[in-house]
Amino acid sequence: MKTLRILLASLTALRRNVMRSALTTLGIVIGVGAVIAMMEIGNGSSASIQKTIASMGANTLMIFPGAAASGGVSFGAGSTMTLTPDDSEAILRECPSVRNTAAVVRSKNAPVICGNKNWVPNEIQGTTPDYLKVREWSLTEGATFDERDVRNAARVCLVGQTLARELFQGQSPIGQEVRLQNVALRVVGVLAKKGANMMGRDQDDVLIAPWTTIKFRVSGATTANIATPATTTSTSTPRGQLFPGSSRGTYANRSAMQTKNSPTPVRMITVDQIVVSAASAAETADAIAEITALLHERHHIGEGEVDDFNIRNLAEIAKALSSTSDLMTKLLLVVAMISLIVGGVGIMNIMLVSVTERTKEIGLRMAVGARGADILRQFLTESVMLCLAGGAMGIALGRGTSYLVATLLHWPTLPSLGAIIASVLVSASVGIIFGFYPAWKASRLDPIEALRYE
Amino acid sequence: MNLIELRDIRKTFFLGEVVLPVLKGISLDIAKGDMVALTGASGSGKSTLMNTLGCLDRPTSGDYLLDGQEASRLSNDERALLRNQKMGFVFQNFNLLPRTMAQAQVMMPLLYGGKHISQREARQRAAAMLERVGLADRMDHQPSQLSGGQQQRVALARALINHPPLLLADEPTGNLDSQTTREVLALFKQLNEQDGITILIVTHDPKVAASCKRVIRMADGLIEADERITPGSS
Repeated sequence: MKTLRILLASLTALRRNVMRSALTTLGIVIGVGAVIAMMEIGNGSSASIQKTIASMGANTLMIFPGAAASGGVSFGAGSTMTLTPDDSEAILRECPSVRNTAAVVRSKNAPVICGNKNWVPNEIQGTTPDYLKVREWSLTEGATFDERDVRNAARVCLVGQTLARELFQGQSPIGQEVRLQNVALRVVGVLAKKGANMMGRDQDDVLIAPWTTIKFRVSGATTANIATPATTTSTSTPRGQLFPGSSRGTYANRSAMQTKNSPTPVRMITVDQIVVSAASAAETADAIAEITALLHERHHIGEGEVDDFNIRNLAEIAKALSSTSDLMTKLLLVVAMISLIVGGVGIMNIMLVSVTERTKEIGLRMAVGARGADILRQFLTESVMLCLAGGAMGIALGRGTSYLVATLLHWPTLPSLGAIIASVLVSASVGIIFGFYPAWKASRLDPIEALRYE
Repeated sequence: MNLIELRDIRKTFFLGEVVLPVLKGISLDIAKGDMVALTGASGSGKSTLMNTLGCLDRPTSGDYLLDGQEASRLSNDERALLRNQKMGFVFQNFNLLPRTMAQAQVMMPLLYGGKHISQREARQRAAAMLERVGLADRMDHQPSQLSGGQQQRVALARALINHPPLLLADEPTGNLDSQTTREVLALFKQLNEQDGITILIVTHDPKVAASCKRVIRMADGLIEADERITPGSS
C-alpha cells in the first residue's frame, strides 16, 4: 500500500523529533481541547435551561388580559379585565391543540395563619382543578379540590411544600384549617416539590384554592362591598375616565339615545390569567393561532383592531434564555477558533523549519526518484498527522476538562459528538491549510541545490 | 551496445549578467557493463557532467541518450521516474536519513517507483540488498551506529534496490580511510563484474581511478583524455 508507506515514512520523520512534534501540536491540543470543553459545557447549560423550562411545562401558554386604550392613551397590560372563566372553558372545548386550561385569579400577598404560626406565601392563587394538569404538578398528600368546590366557592385549599413546612412543621397539614384574610380554609392537599423557577423564585411557597373562593371570599373580603368583588391584584379602569376617582370624564356625557346605540359592556366576572397547556410543545404555535381566533370571535375583535389579550409562550422565554447561552457558546467557539489558528501558524512555522533542516533529505529523495508531488504529499501528510494527533489529544483534554468541571464544580455538561467530529475535521483542515505552504516550498526545491545544502 | 551516448552536450549558467559556460560540447559513449572513472581538477565541469548524466539537471543543448531513450528533454516528473528506475546514486557524505534504520533507508526509493509494492515485499527486498552488501546483521541500525564504510554500503544498497543498469558515484571514497576504500571498491568491482552494472565514479583519488576499466579526465569543460586501462596493469 503506497498510502500506508507514505504514512509510515511520515511517522518515522515525526518520530525523529518527538519533543518538537509534541510541542508543535500543543497549540492544536489546546485549541481543540478548548472547543470540546466549551461545547460540552455550553450544551450542558443549554440543556439544563431547557430542563428548567420543561419542568415549568414547556407547552404552557399564558393568556393575559390586554391593555386598555382610550383616545390614543394606553393604560398598560392588565388595565382591562377581559378574560372570563367562560373563555377558559371555551378554549378547552373548541381548540383541538389544547389539552387543558385553567383560569387563574391572584390575590395580593397576605399572611396565612395557622394556630400561632403565620407566613406570607409568594403566591396565593385561585384556579380550577385542571391547573395542576397544566403545570404538571402532582400532590404528595391528600387530593385536589374538585369542580363542585369551584362552583360552591368552597373553603378548601392546597398548600405548597414551603408553606406546609413553615406552618405545620412536619405534621400533616391535611384537614387542618388555615386562615387567609379572616377566611378559614381547610387544607385538602399538599403539592409536590417543584423547586425554584428560572428566576430563583420558590414555586413551592404557594397556596392554591378554587378561584371562586379567592375571588369572592378572600379578595372580596378585603373590600367593604361584596357586590363589586373585582378587587384582585389588577383593578380595572372605567372607560373614558382619565384619572380614577375623578368625576369628570374625558368625553362629553352621552345622551340616552347614544347609550342605546352603543351599549357599554356589561361588567362580567373576570379572571387575571388563563393558563393553557398545548397537546405537545410542538403544537404550541397551532394552539396560539386557535386561541387567538377563538378569542377574537368571543371578544368581538374585528380585522385590524387591537387585541384585548396577550398570549405568552414559555417556549419564547426558553428560546431567549438558551439563545443567551448559545451566544456565549458561539463567542467561546470564536476564541477557540482563534487559538486553533494560532496553533496552525505554529505548525506552519515548525514545518518551514523542518523543510529547511531537511533540505538534504528532500534533495536525496528527489535524486532517488521522488517527484515534486511526492514530496508535497509527504510533508502535507506529516502536518496533517501532527494536527490529527493534536486533535485526538485535544479531544481527550477537552473531555477531561468537562469531566472535571462536571464533577468538581457540578456544572452541567453534555458530551457533543458533533463537536468531536468538527474538531477532527477542523484539525485536519488546519494541517492541510497551514502545512501546504511549507510542503509546496519543499516540493519546489532544486535537487542539485538541495543535495549541496549544508 | 552503449548505455550512455552524449552528443555535443553544452551547459551554460547565467548568473545575472555573467554567462558561465561549464560544459563546452562533450560527446561521449559509455558501454554497458563498463566501469569508468571521471577525474579532473575542481571546476573542470565533472560535477555538472555528473548531474547531467544523473538527470538531475538538463543540458543547455545537446542530446543525451540513456539506454536508448532521449533523456535531455524530459519533464521533471519523467526525469524523476527515470532516476528511480535507471540509476542509483552514491554520494561522498553518504546522505543517509538521520535516525532512520538501515532497512528503512534502503526501502526508500521503492516508495517512488510508481509500481505497487507491498510493505512486506519492500522489506524483503531491502533485507536481500543489505545482505548483498554484507550488512545482514545491521538491518535495524541507525547511521550513528554504523562506521563510515558501513554507511556507504547502506547507501550503495539503497542505490541498487531498484536494480538500475547505471550506478553514479560522486567521490564515494572521499570520506573513507584506505582500508574501507579498498573494501568499497572491491564491492563496486564485484557489482560491475557479477551483475553487469555500469558504474561511473567521480574521483580525485588516482588509486580509485586506477581500479576502474576506463579513466576520463576533464579539464575546462572538455574531455582532455580518455584512456582504457588494460586489466592487470594496475
